[in-house]
Amino acid sequence: MTDWIEACAADDVDEEDVIRFDHEGRTFAIYRSPDDEYFATDGLCTHEKVHLADGLVMDDIIECPKHNGRFNYKTGAAKGAPVCVNLKTYPVKVEAGMVMIQLS
Amino acid sequence: MSAVDVDSFGKSGRDYSLVGESSRRAIETGLASAEWYHTDIPRKTMKELMQRSDGPAIRDTVIWIALILGSAAGAIYFWGTWWCVPFFAVYGVLYASSSDSRWHECGHGTAFKTRWMNDVVYQIASFMQMRNPVQWRWSHARHHTDTIIVGRDAEIAVMRPPDLLRAALSFTGVLDFYYLLPTLFRQAGGRLSEDEKNYIPEMERQKAITAARWQVAIYAATAALALYTWSFLPLMLIGGPRLYGTWHMVLTGLLQHIGLADNVTDHRLNTRTVYMNPISRWIYWNMNYHVEHHMFPMVPYHALPRLHELIKHDLPAPNPSMWHAYKEVWPVVLRQLRYEDFYLKRELPASAKPYKEEFHNITVPAAAAE
Repeated sequence: MTDWIEACAADDVDEEDVIRFDHEGRTFAIYRSPDDEYFATDGLCTHEKVHLADGLVMDDIIECPKHNGRFNYKTGAAKGAPVCVNLKTYPVKVEAGMVMIQLS
Repeated sequence: MSAVDVDSFGKSGRDYSLVGESSRRAIETGLASAEWYHTDIPRKTMKELMQRSDGPAIRDTVIWIALILGSAAGAIYFWGTWWCVPFFAVYGVLYASSSDSRWHECGHGTAFKTRWMNDVVYQIASFMQMRNPVQWRWSHARHHTDTIIVGRDAEIAVMRPPDLLRAALSFTGVLDFYYLLPTLFRQAGGRLSEDEKNYIPEMERQKAITAARWQVAIYAATAALALYTWSFLPLMLIGGPRLYGTWHMVLTGLLQHIGLADNVTDHRLNTRTVYMNPISRWIYWNMNYHVEHHMFPMVPYHALPRLHELIKHDLPAPNPSMWHAYKEVWPVVLRQLRYEDFYLKRELPASAKPYKEEFHNITVPAAAAE
């Protein structure tokens, strides 16, 4: 079973930025790329459970605010120490000005 | 703080091993990997502060390399005369002290915007510091996760009770040869200590061993060249500066946490910001704004003065000079010789948000200097 969940309004996220979205005890990060596309990943860094929404988005990279661990937020790929474990990503669509993420 | 490896320190009432009783207790009580206090800053402002730029670091690195090459050339030219001394004095500080801040900033990946520039300078600076670049990347990550949490932080420079002889010797760099060099040789032989295994993930350990082998190979080649030419000059230029140029790194770096609270989860209480002269700040790449750096490690060194102005209302008053900071901490350190729970309590200004006392009470610090 899959669920599309309304995460935020598209305008809630600045270009090349990220915001936090909490849902049923879980936390996610919603990204808006410089190309105006939206992406979603788990909200916590796989290294030390820090909220990525406080980090810095640079092109397709999200950098963790605590230890500067870097992930490609489009693929979830960890880009080197101190992060070694990939980030889980989620399908995203924008409908009627709302960002929806698919939780499986 | 750039610190001597944990296994180099003597025993004390606190268990500074990363696999001992204090470590177990820190995990049990929630001090390990805890949530730390941050001053509120609007996201838009924070984003501006975090922005990367190659310009300042390229400028500083070009100056750094030019000064290193220039002072080395002068030292070589005047080798055998007293005129080489001032050139070595400059070269030594650039090699052995300023490389610490380059190691630090490039390790965080914040100095340059371009990733490979951070990586190249990080590798060079790690070698100058006699630090295994893989091991120290992980130890520093732990330092930021668990800053001055006993049994968790791998980079506590002055443990309690303080070993003043060791602290004094660290100014000479002799401890680097006594501890860091043998550590590199041990790692090059394929052995990591239990403490190192505690913070280096298994998948990274072979990289650490390989990195140590490269560094040992360069030191071996330098020693061979010195023997071949029957001259100390190669050793004065490579490795040797640790002995005569480390003093500035220790002078500035010791102040980061010495004498302040341990086992607290608020950088305002265990970390110190000190105003310094422009030369020291350049050598140190603004790490004198150390509370600010720990609270927001994503902010590049060149933006720390701006960050300081934004949040200083929420921080203890900075020490106005290194002299002031040492004068303040000296009696505290002396008192810790007899009573290791003693520490310097940082007073938060009236405009600051208070510390979460519930964490502080877990460790029951017995006394504090006001």
